[in-house]
Amino acid sequence: MLFGFTWDTSHGELAFAISILPILLMGLLVTIEASIAGFAVAMVLGLIFAVLKGAPSRFISWPATFITEFFRDTPLLVQLFFLYYVLADHGVILPAFLTGCLALGVQYSAYTAEVYRAGIEAVPKGQSEAARALDFSPLHTFTHIILPQAIPRVVPAFGNYLVSIMKDVPVLSVVTVLEMLGVAKIIGDQTFDYMVPLTMVGGIYLILTIVCSGVVRYVDMKLPKTGIPLK
Amino acid sequence: MEWSEYVKPLMQGAWITVQLTVYSTILGAICAFAFGIGKLSSNWAIKGFSVAYIEIFRGTSLLVQLFWLYFALPIAGDAIGINLRLPPVAAGVLALGLNIGAYGAEVVRGAIQSVRYSQYEAAKALNFSSRQALWRIALPQAIPEMMPAFGNLAVQNLKDTALASLISLGDLAFAAERIRNFTQDSTTVYTMILFMYFGMALVVAGLMRLLERAVGRWRTVGH
Repeated sequence: MLFGFTWDTSHGELAFAISILPILLMGLLVTIEASIAGFAVAMVLGLIFAVLKGAPSRFISWPATFITEFFRDTPLLVQLFFLYYVLADHGVILPAFLTGCLALGVQYSAYTAEVYRAGIEAVPKGQSEAARALDFSPLHTFTHIILPQAIPRVVPAFGNYLVSIMKDVPVLSVVTVLEMLGVAKIIGDQTFDYMVPLTMVGGIYLILTIVCSGVVRYVDMKLPKTGIPLK
Repeated sequence: MEWSEYVKPLMQGAWITVQLTVYSTILGAICAFAFGIGKLSSNWAIKGFSVAYIEIFRGTSLLVQLFWLYFALPIAGDAIGINLRLPPVAAGVLALGLNIGAYGAEVVRGAIQSVRYSQYEAAKALNFSSRQALWRIALPQAIPEMMPAFGNLAVQNLKDTALASLISLGDLAFAAERIRNFTQDSTTVYTMILFMYFGMALVVAGLMRLLERAVGRWRTVGH
């Protein structure tokens, strides 16, 4: 029994599959929550890194570049263990779910930082020169000229990373987050039938990623390529 | 225990990680070319199979694939009377290789499609068969274009090998977990393996850049 649902192992595979579907869907909910929370962390951290990497002083930009390289080149699993055990050793005790979202965010911040930079650099230089000629302040230029034009360029890449994060959430099950794969594993451990729950998880993932990729493509198609007014 | 005493078990784990990376990258490269070219095939059966492979392995989580191969496949084998109980190494290499191969297949397909159409027209004008056009015209131009993406995928693959520790494969992450269980000294151990993975990633990236330079001379002049 899990989440108040019991499984039915005595009426064949189909009955078993139907009986565990609500349990897996509860797990799916956690998967989606973790993806969104992890993505939010990655968006914020990524923006900070993008700004730091673009800083005029080398004393800021080089360490920032090193840190993002380090985050990008080390496995999510090890980063997760590091956060989970090492933070706890130093008195910072976070719930497993939060640690997991933080690890996802840290790993993907290295990728989102690049997306931010590429998006901002893709806006023609003439735009900021024109803004300066029209006496816009630097902040005003960024929020009203650069950002609106950068957003349509970065949305598809961010969408793809959101899908990638979703596929990395199962790693969180190793620190006892009950997301979909963790739930399926528990069902398998208790019923000795891994085949049905794991295949169902695969199927649900396939549907989820195909739907999400479709949404990303649709949004990309619908976004005005010239920019989005932020007012 | 001093940190220097961790080095030996960690190195043993790192050696497994290296082997796992090499074998699964090779398998991944084979899958990438086979199914990337297969997706462009005019034979609908080959094309359909390639598309299904790419969608399934790109569309599901690597950990799901790994668990499926390790835990679920033996049960499927029992049902049809074949022993499909894979040792952890085989399940690990297979899952990692098939997964990274699906991503690589999209790279291969994209690079082949980016070869200019006039190149194929020229090949046809010179009476090349479509097989010759693929092997002698399209691929030599497409492979250098694939290399940067392949470099990223190889590093990705190295990072993904850490997941194999979850099916009790004694790789670097597994060795670290064992030491942590034994000594509770998680700060030292995990800091060490973070830097070991980082170092290995730099080596992999460097090797891929050498390979990139080696195939770079296949680029046509004035391309």
